[in-house]
Amino acid sequence: MKLTKTVIISRKAYQAVPEQLLLKNGRIIDPQRQVDEQADILIENGVITRVGIIDDSTFPGQVIDLTGKIVSPGWMDMHTHLREPGREDEETIESGMLAAANGGFTSVCCMPNTQPPIDTQEIIQYIKDRSRNALVNVHPIAAITKGREGKELSEILELVEQGAVAISDDGSPVMSAEIMRRALEYSRMVDIPVIGHEEDITMTEGGDINEGYTSTCLGLGGMPTVAEDIMVARDIMLAEYTGARFHVAHVSSGKSVELIRQAKAKGIKVTAEVTPHHFSLTEEAVRSFDTNTKMNPPLRTEEDRQALLEGLKDGTIDVIATDHAPHSWEEKEAEYKRAPFGIIGLETALGVSLTYLYHTGILSLPQIIEKFAVHPYRILNLPQPAIEQNVPANLTIFDPEAEWVVQEEKFLSKSTNSPFIGHRLKGKPFLVIHNGQLFFSTL
Amino acid sequence: MAFDRKHLLGMDGVTREEILTILDTARSFREILERPIKRVPTLQGKTVVNLFFEPSTRTRISFELAEKRLSADIINFTASASSVKKGETLIDTVRNIEAMKIDMVVVRHSSPGAPHLLTRVVDANVINAGDGGHEHPTQALLDMMTIREKLGTLEGITVALVGDISHSRVAMSNIYGLRTMGARVLVCGPSTLIPKEIERLGVEVYYNVDEVIPQADVLNILRLQLERQRKGLFPSLREYHNYFGITRERLEKATRKLLIMHPGPMNRGVEISSDVADSDHSVILEQVTYGVAIRMAVLYLLAGGKSEIN
Repeated sequence: MKLTKTVIISRKAYQAVPEQLLLKNGRIIDPQRQVDEQADILIENGVITRVGIIDDSTFPGQVIDLTGKIVSPGWMDMHTHLREPGREDEETIESGMLAAANGGFTSVCCMPNTQPPIDTQEIIQYIKDRSRNALVNVHPIAAITKGREGKELSEILELVEQGAVAISDDGSPVMSAEIMRRALEYSRMVDIPVIGHEEDITMTEGGDINEGYTSTCLGLGGMPTVAEDIMVARDIMLAEYTGARFHVAHVSSGKSVELIRQAKAKGIKVTAEVTPHHFSLTEEAVRSFDTNTKMNPPLRTEEDRQALLEGLKDGTIDVIATDHAPHSWEEKEAEYKRAPFGIIGLETALGVSLTYLYHTGILSLPQIIEKFAVHPYRILNLPQPAIEQNVPANLTIFDPEAEWVVQEEKFLSKSTNSPFIGHRLKGKPFLVIHNGQLFFSTL
Repeated sequence: MAFDRKHLLGMDGVTREEILTILDTARSFREILERPIKRVPTLQGKTVVNLFFEPSTRTRISFELAEKRLSADIINFTASASSVKKGETLIDTVRNIEAMKIDMVVVRHSSPGAPHLLTRVVDANVINAGDGGHEHPTQALLDMMTIREKLGTLEGITVALVGDISHSRVAMSNIYGLRTMGARVLVCGPSTLIPKEIERLGVEVYYNVDEVIPQADVLNILRLQLERQRKGLFPSLREYHNYFGITRERLEKATRKLLIMHPGPMNRGVEISSDVADSDHSVILEQVTYGVAIRMAVLYLLAGGKSEIN
């Protein structure tokens, strides 16, 4: 039996950064400036005033000991579904920001598949109002087409002027090559990326999971990798033709990684993200019929997973993003075919990434930090957080060695649809500092 | 006795010893079905719910008859007459029925894994009577019983499954069961109706039915659903019949006496011609008879299998 979850921690759980705060003994990693050193950070009135070895014997303010912890520029999740407006029972802007802070993020980009979708200035303004003065920055991504219907372009220039950082019809592909071409062309005027949900829906209709051995064994509908690859290939060609910037959302297919690698080698302006679940789990997980293994794109094969790891390693994949997709328990606890696609990810991304990428020797800590705290800002043309003097503190602090078991009771998201519940992870968020506020992770 | 299961969700993972136990038990029940008084008190006092969320005539009647022969109390629940149409969830429906104190649930549902979901929320024994394109274990068991009764063994027998393999729970359960029992399994159908990587289950794939017939001891002919044509998986019933339909002319290529099986309901003139369906090769009606015995055996064994069958 399950009670509807109420998030009890309100904004009160955020604390104001003390006038004088000393972060002692942390290992500072700021890949942007190629810094990896043991040092202390002095924060005064929310601004970093000194980085170096700082004597705390006579320090009058608050000291936080960060021995064994990593201090990184603030992490961004550039692919989050906040569900507000429309499905506030699943997530609100407020609960989503809390989940983000709890998971070690200081910024998120929210996808436009809300009800109504983010295709008008009013909705952008609404999101900005609802997230004002918070620890976590919320950057809206606007719809490519009105109503995300793939038919007519949204008022992209106005939406960007209002604060949209990118455009995407995420959740749905832009099936018309002509509309996608025009979106790319039009977006060039404001130099924002067009983020593609790459799926040929004529090939995935009725699908539930990856098409392959597991779908054969389980009798579930197949969604072939080629349905993703075809669209990635198409949009790479359109990006080349238009000269626009194209970002591939949640790459899941090994073949798509290869297409992106080739496009980058040719100098086409393409970037890509992968989710923690796609590089850590495979379609084998579906055998439990746990609907928290159902997401779009679906979990693929071990071969695809290895290709994603290779893409992360050689830089083909620029970003790790969660595709945090809250769904109500009532909707998820259903027959597999009936359950909606999507899982939450904000509060497990750090742990899963460290467990499957760092502790396996695939990526170094600076490389992981680049994928969360450097490349997303660069792709979105947003000011890069840095750990240096006279810069407002925007920090993600985590313990790379802490082992923990994911417990659904500890999520601050309003939803609990995670396939990682019960998993043991190594690497845990500890503290975020941003916008003059701080928040200790309660995971 | 080699049977210690609470549920029968599929043939995947069911051992050779378990299958033999079910088949041997079914043989005993088959004898009872020949008697003038066909009812035994085995499940007296137990309540079985037949939960059919998908239309079914044959399987539902077969289960119902098996339950009656075992003296169980029966509740029939069909989706068309139910609260499902009023928006109640599967879980709530089943929890409500379970609250009325029932012992076993037989479930047919269009979503793969629906019976597995039920095992997580109810205490009753769950029997999968078909979950989407996933499994239909009692059908595979009755098919195996038919082959074993007719040919004496399953080991080394070549069974060809012909038709729409992609959407067939009958095919999947047969493949798992037959492979476990040491049979050779061929699958044959249009390439668009053969699912990806099915070879990994230890079967051989053919696209030409005339190559299959001379090798086979058994042809298990699967039902073709017209809906697949609308989805572009094959061009026409006419072409299907010409290339994959089992006809008397085709059977002349057989090198030994073939058993012709079909899980029903048949599309005469499409996947099977009438002269084949009604020929002395055909064991289609025996399958139906064995179906009751198999379901009696499964119900009996899941209920504990302690009491004397007689």
